[in-house]
Amino acid sequence: MKLAAREKIDNTGRYLFRITGLLVIAILGGIFFMLLWNTIAFFIKVKPLDFITGTQWDPSGSPAAYGILPLLVSTCLVTFGAMLIAIPIGIGTASFLSEYAGKKLKNILKPIIEMLAAVPSVAIGFLGIVILGPGIADLTGQANGLNALNGAVLLAVMALPTIITVTEDALQGIPNSYKEASYGVGASKWQTLIKVTIPAAAPGILAAIMLGVGRAIGETMTVLMATGNASAFPKGFFHSIRTITATIAIEMGEVPYQTTHYYALFAIAAVLFLITLIVNLIGEYFVNKFRKYHSA
Amino acid sequence: MKKLTPIIEWGTLLLSTGIVCFFLVVILWDLISKGASSLSWEFVSTLPKEGMTKGGIFPAITGTVLLTMITAIAAVPFGISCAIYLNEYAVDNWLTRIIRASIRNLAGVPSIIYGLFGLALFVQGLHMGTSLLAAGLTLGLLSLPYIIITTEEALRRIPASTREAALAIGATQFESIRDVVLPTALPGILTGVVLTLSRAAGETAPILFTGVAFYINNPSGYLNQEFMSLPYHLYMLSTQHQAIEEVRPLAYGTALVLIIVVFLLNLTAFYIRYKRSKNE
Repeated sequence: MKLAAREKIDNTGRYLFRITGLLVIAILGGIFFMLLWNTIAFFIKVKPLDFITGTQWDPSGSPAAYGILPLLVSTCLVTFGAMLIAIPIGIGTASFLSEYAGKKLKNILKPIIEMLAAVPSVAIGFLGIVILGPGIADLTGQANGLNALNGAVLLAVMALPTIITVTEDALQGIPNSYKEASYGVGASKWQTLIKVTIPAAAPGILAAIMLGVGRAIGETMTVLMATGNASAFPKGFFHSIRTITATIAIEMGEVPYQTTHYYALFAIAAVLFLITLIVNLIGEYFVNKFRKYHSA
Repeated sequence: MKKLTPIIEWGTLLLSTGIVCFFLVVILWDLISKGASSLSWEFVSTLPKEGMTKGGIFPAITGTVLLTMITAIAAVPFGISCAIYLNEYAVDNWLTRIIRASIRNLAGVPSIIYGLFGLALFVQGLHMGTSLLAAGLTLGLLSLPYIIITTEEALRRIPASTREAALAIGATQFESIRDVVLPTALPGILTGVVLTLSRAAGETAPILFTGVAFYINNPSGYLNQEFMSLPYHLYMLSTQHQAIEEVRPLAYGTALVLIIVVFLLNLTAFYIRYKRSKNE
């Protein structure tokens, strides 16, 4: 082939590759624009203050109520519960993998964690219905165990692989000299882990937690299946709740196109988008901090 | 007491690791022990019968396979091309930083929001209606950031000397990428693609409003029609069916088939990665 023709192909390739790069920005922009547009359409019909401070979500009532608070509190409650379970177990497992487990044990444990990460959310939700639900019902004497506690345990299972993997990376990133200095002054392996390695890896661990929180907040199917979806204001872990994601999943299929209710679902999606964005940005901040700190 | 402390310390770490393993054991044990009896050739090869209370899940399996194929066709070339741009061409300027930030943010967007975006863009905006194509493209968007990130990692592992050798004997940059860089990075790229597709195959939220249906009277093979899928079938059987207790064995069977499909894809990825690490 002539050089001129080859250079033409080379140039075309370069443009094509660049266009796909720019399209990625367009996709994120498109998602952002879609949420913004429909949220504005919603705020023309419902006052933003009523939306943010309203304690009732009842789109089919008369008058219809579009208060996001019960949904937001539900989402926060179940995520908080999930983190209460997942953070200690996650950090414990990551410490075990990074500081104690030998190579052979690691080669068994890592695929286990990867398999856990691969289980589809709908299968975990299903087990929430058939195993965890009846279990909680037996303990509490409720009719079924579909409540915030159930959802929190399931979300913890889903967030654990992320938390473990990222925390382990952070622990592995701590230079050996730190630990050796600690052993040198007579500290035990445990003391070194608690007082030196984990504090030094703290930004990385916080990033891991933030990624876990992001996953738990945005998860739809498990909470939809396991938390009962009562639309009353959430009262606690032993009561049924209804998260933002579950509300969108339940109501979007039935709502007529371009009604206030339709726009309202985009408005709560916009709130969800903002929360995950902020959580991810905080996570990223800690990752960068960690990298800077340890490369210096 | 002094001898006991290390055991307690060890014990807490071992306990948390044990809990994680316990979760996986419970999931697998329950699904296999209760789902295995529902599995049969008839179950995977026939249509549902009598209001879903009998028969098989054939259309759900074909639906999931076709959906994942469309996802792959939509996301893989796009994702690899974007990764090539970022790793081979892009210089470190503000535009590149915005592209990278967009990719990281897209990876964090909740799957249900992709569902809304698919509804607004493909179903309504481009008039595809609720269809296999619209749902496949929606899942393609969801998969895109993961494919870009894993492909870029695979490309980054190729040493600069490999590219320089190709350029030195007169190849253009495009030729060096097509003939040298991509073939060398292929196992790494494939691992990422297969893992991403296994995730997409198990997703439910993005297809809820973009085309999935509870019952279709054929093997769901038309791009412009609604389709059945394994995860959605499991969701409906376990929460929405009018005779939930009666169809529980079918739900277990569906869950087991879904897990098997996802794990088979994962094993494929592990195998490719294992072979690569052996070659290196």
